[in-house]
Amino acid sequence: MAIVTIRDLNKKYENGFHAVKDVNLEIRDKEFMVLVGPSGCGKTTTLRMVAGLEEITSGEIRIGERVVNDLPPMDRDIAMVFQNYALYPHKTVFDNMAFGLQMRKYPKDEVLKRVRDAADILGIEALLERKPRQLSGGQRQRVAVGRAIVRHPQVFLFDEPLSNLDAKLRVQMRVELKRLHERLETTAIYVTHDQVEAMTLGTRVVVMKDGYVQQVGEPLVLYGQPANKFVAGFIGSPAMNFVDVSISGDGRHAETEGLRLNVPDRIRAHGGKRLTLGVRPEALRIANGSDEHGFATKVDVVEPLGNEILLNFRAGGAPMVARVDPGVRLKAHESVRFAVDPERLHFFDATSEAAL
Amino acid sequence: MGRGRARQDLHLRAEQVRVSRLTRLLESEKALAAALLAPGVAILVIFIAYPFVMALWYSLTSIRVGDPGHFVGLDNFTKALNDLIFQQAFKNTVFYTFWATIFKLALGMWLALLLNRSFRFKRIVRASMLLPFIIPTVLSAFAWRWMFDPTFSVMNWALYHGGIITDRLPFLSSGDWAMWCAVLVNTWRGMPFFAITLLAGLQTISPDLHEAAALDGANAWHRFWNVTWPLLLPVTLVVVVFSVIQTFSDFQLIYVLTGGGPANSTHLIATYAYQIGVGSGLLGEGAALSLFMFPVLFAVVWVQLRYLKRMENG
Repeated sequence: MAIVTIRDLNKKYENGFHAVKDVNLEIRDKEFMVLVGPSGCGKTTTLRMVAGLEEITSGEIRIGERVVNDLPPMDRDIAMVFQNYALYPHKTVFDNMAFGLQMRKYPKDEVLKRVRDAADILGIEALLERKPRQLSGGQRQRVAVGRAIVRHPQVFLFDEPLSNLDAKLRVQMRVELKRLHERLETTAIYVTHDQVEAMTLGTRVVVMKDGYVQQVGEPLVLYGQPANKFVAGFIGSPAMNFVDVSISGDGRHAETEGLRLNVPDRIRAHGGKRLTLGVRPEALRIANGSDEHGFATKVDVVEPLGNEILLNFRAGGAPMVARVDPGVRLKAHESVRFAVDPERLHFFDATSEAAL
Repeated sequence: MGRGRARQDLHLRAEQVRVSRLTRLLESEKALAAALLAPGVAILVIFIAYPFVMALWYSLTSIRVGDPGHFVGLDNFTKALNDLIFQQAFKNTVFYTFWATIFKLALGMWLALLLNRSFRFKRIVRASMLLPFIIPTVLSAFAWRWMFDPTFSVMNWALYHGGIITDRLPFLSSGDWAMWCAVLVNTWRGMPFFAITLLAGLQTISPDLHEAAALDGANAWHRFWNVTWPLLLPVTLVVVVFSVIQTFSDFQLIYVLTGGGPANSTHLIATYAYQIGVGSGLLGEGAALSLFMFPVLFAVVWVQLRYLKRMENG
């Protein structure tokens, strides 16, 4: 159990690539912290610096009370699950899980007990004598997790552990990881590029882009109050719709060609400016003619998903998606009126992209 | 004129029919397989199988240059077994193969591990590693012979002028020294093959495994024994098999470097068989001598391939 503190962390590679820039994070005890972002955003590099697999250019990493900057990986009291599992192909499942304990000279019966306990938790007792290549993807994943938990480390590190699994198994393992974390109550840092994984697993989520932390917060905070346009667009599926608008001189309306929406009071002060308007697909509803917040458009493509229907259309010159009730009967090319509550509109500065 | 064209047309049509018949024949998988295999089989038969069968036959006869001889049963083999020089040559071959392979493996592995790290000019260094391997053995053996020469040895000169020795070292003029010199030259020549092959094997080992082992608390030595060595073992075995075959049947290097001397102390089976069979013209006896290599090599290859197979299945 430990707090992980990251102060002014930077990573610059020899070729000049600046992968991680001034990252500051405090990961609380027993927290499940997810780092999420597009590829190349620095999330994996950050994790690998915590693990000790990558040298730190500047800054400080503490695990508990110790500064670990110069400690080799084995002395950091952490365990890591790799994207491709990194199981030793020539060792049995038992030996894969036991290796870390044997290297640390644990007595034999303790090794046996810990491996059996972990295998029991993960439901892989029957596989202990097998070799990794005789296992399915999901089983390998469990063994990789097992290898991490037998050590009872202070911190678990996960590097995109589910990305090699098929979609169905990924959902299942996601739930299992969450359950496991609740049971073991160990601090965890989890890297993924999948925002759904981030939202479902994280106690808190760190969104990164181009080496910078964009926002840190609980999943629903990120969703409801994104700090900037990038976070707003990255979190949520389908993504938030964006359209460039001008705020009318009196600050009451957001306008662009073919679109005029009432805006909330907090935007009054921005009268006359050009802003980016964001609206989530589920904030759009089908309006009746008298709805004062509505606008008219034509449906482009209809995607019936069963539990919901996605309607693609254009408004204000931008492509948009609305998520509506499965009962709605609309066909492509039909005219429709959408409406949105002013309070559910997001606004971003046109240049800094910060939320307003 | 018109008739000529008609005849030409006829020819053309006949040609087309022939071509399409050939095409059709090659479209049958069996015929195609046979056609593709034929050149390889022909080469194997002419240059491997035929000489091998002839050697088997010669070894059972008293054939010598200018005399077809007659069937003598296993006489040539019993004679060889009682031949003190052959016994010496056999021991030499085992000694030479054993030590050269050990050194090539150890140094080749060390070199491969070094080359597997990233450093400046990595590609050029890796490529230049192969130089000893691509220089014709005869040429490099000559160069080494000069370096070991009793009078002109550059090494003796350097050691003498460096004040390290006061007497010349008898590189090729003492039996023991000469054998070790041959092992040295063979190691120098064969090590790059080990290094490059093992390096290729090393590059297939995922760096994640080393990172996982580092996190598991394994130091460099443990990582070598627990990750690198076991994962490299199949490649290692194949290289060792190749090397044992080549070293055991080595001829050129010894022939150029020492010619088997001094006093037969560096004769290998191959050089002795050549001396008897070609040098003295006793083709039957020479064939019998060279055939003694066969069961030994066969056993080595069989044991190692069996081990390899077991490892792949287990």
